[in-house]
Amino acid sequence: MSVLAIAEHRRGELRPVSLEQLAAGRELADELGGELHTAVIGGDVETFGAELNREGVDTVHTVDIGEEFNHDVYTQVVTQLATELDPTVLLMPNSVNGLDYAPAVANRLDRPLVTDVVDIDAEGDLTATRELYGSKVETTIDVHADQAAVTIRPAEWPTVEADGDAANEAFDANIDESAVRSTVKGFEEVGGGDIDITDADVLVSVGRGIEEEENLDIIHDLADALDATVSGSRPLIDNGWLAKDRQVGQSGKVVTPDVYIAIGISGAVQHVAGMKGSDTIVAINTDPNAPIFDIADYGIQDDLFEVVPALIEQFQ
Amino acid sequence: MKILVTVKEVAAVDDEFEIDGLAIDDRYVTADLNEWDEYAVEAAVQIKEAHDDVEVVTATIGPSETDETIRQALAKGADRAIRVWDDALDDAGLLDPETKAEVLAAVAAEEDPDLVLTGVQSADDGFGATGVTLADKLDMEWGAVVNDLDLDPEAGVASVHRELEGGVEELTDIEIPAVLTIQTGINDPRYASLRGIRQAQSKELAEYSLTDIGLDAAGIESPLEQTSLYEPETEGEATVFEGSPEETAAELAELLAEKGVTS
Repeated sequence: MSVLAIAEHRRGELRPVSLEQLAAGRELADELGGELHTAVIGGDVETFGAELNREGVDTVHTVDIGEEFNHDVYTQVVTQLATELDPTVLLMPNSVNGLDYAPAVANRLDRPLVTDVVDIDAEGDLTATRELYGSKVETTIDVHADQAAVTIRPAEWPTVEADGDAANEAFDANIDESAVRSTVKGFEEVGGGDIDITDADVLVSVGRGIEEEENLDIIHDLADALDATVSGSRPLIDNGWLAKDRQVGQSGKVVTPDVYIAIGISGAVQHVAGMKGSDTIVAINTDPNAPIFDIADYGIQDDLFEVVPALIEQFQ
Repeated sequence: MKILVTVKEVAAVDDEFEIDGLAIDDRYVTADLNEWDEYAVEAAVQIKEAHDDVEVVTATIGPSETDETIRQALAKGADRAIRVWDDALDDAGLLDPETKAEVLAAVAAEEDPDLVLTGVQSADDGFGATGVTLADKLDMEWGAVVNDLDLDPEAGVASVHRELEGGVEELTDIEIPAVLTIQTGINDPRYASLRGIRQAQSKELAEYSLTDIGLDAAGIESPLEQTSLYEPETEGEATVFEGSPEETAAELAELLAEKGVTS
């Protein structure tokens, strides 16, 4: 009745979700009355293994193979490790890379997969909580199986900080090289424009609520009036209305300005991940139920096309 | 070359809504083509336009009500469509990624595509796992969260960018046949032309039951059971300014001035 959590690293750094999984994993292991195992695959496994030796971890498994993530390698290694350890719950990060191998692993192990879980409970049947429709509603799911694979949403659990006294075991995986049919050639940083939104003291940030590209004029006018920098949420960048280096969120930049003014942004979790560290958050949105108001310090629940011009007027 | 694109109809929920049992009350939802799938369809149609002899086929799991949404994909340039539905799927409740992938794999086995494009996730369930599960069932290579695609059919390689977190992209070469899950922003999805909409009406839209594609309806069982649906408790402690836009703007201006924001 154990739990196995697979760590994630990129370009020499362990990613925080690896340590968050230890918190989620320990809770689950306690409910199951079993051990918590964690594993790191590739890179500097000695250093990563030592970093993963945190309170509550029983065994750290290190798999010394390759440098960076490759889904063909990860799929084979995790499948073999899970087959050997036979954990009740196999935890993986709900990250871009997690979703690039977890479904294949679950398929090979013939385990049900529940992704993007924000809460999980193993007392009795395994139940998981997920969000639907862009965080508008939550749902609980009963998993009808003895064993399951679960990906957990980053930043939902705290990282485990205290040192542990876990055993360290090296795991020898057998890689079928003929099944490695993808090659990671390198990485590329996005953006590189002359604007660095992470430097701005005040950000005027705009989302889908702006509706049309030509409506962006009032956003630029407001930014001018406040001597602020314009940033945006994903749809604006996808539409090509703002440059990629203006994107705030999980796949864009993480910003921590003094004041963040979110205009017509609903506050999906991917966006919030990029701005929740702002000192003061102001939200302008017609929808009083928009999740952005959960994180905002101040809000105006009204039509941005009326509020923004009125605000510009205040500064003229 | 043949490209299979998975297309899902999803429900968009109004700002104000009510919950009816385990679902959002019908009155507050609008059906639409899943946003991610729009980009996948566009990516397929662009490959068709760039190379000779490419056929684009869409595959959908859904009841006959989804035909209108499927026609949107046909109007944007897909050649024909396949829709699978069965009482057993209706009865299975929450379809997990594995069950969906099993159905789509049966379609793919029949069609034998060189490339399968799916959306990264659906806007409603958001499992984000069906595409990779499908690849593994088909013993195909795959790539998740692709936001740039350069296909070389002669070399049998798709050179992709995978959009990682934090403004970093991974550059990866993937052997085809492969399943790629397509991220929004990879292209600029076209609007259907009037001519496209007209043509879509006469394009083939085949409907299959599970038996038709060689699956046993009795074997369709989702291991996931949805037991509740509710609005999350708001954790917000926002000070909400009340009044007319002029009044709220004035209050906000005062606050911003206090925070040191000046023109």
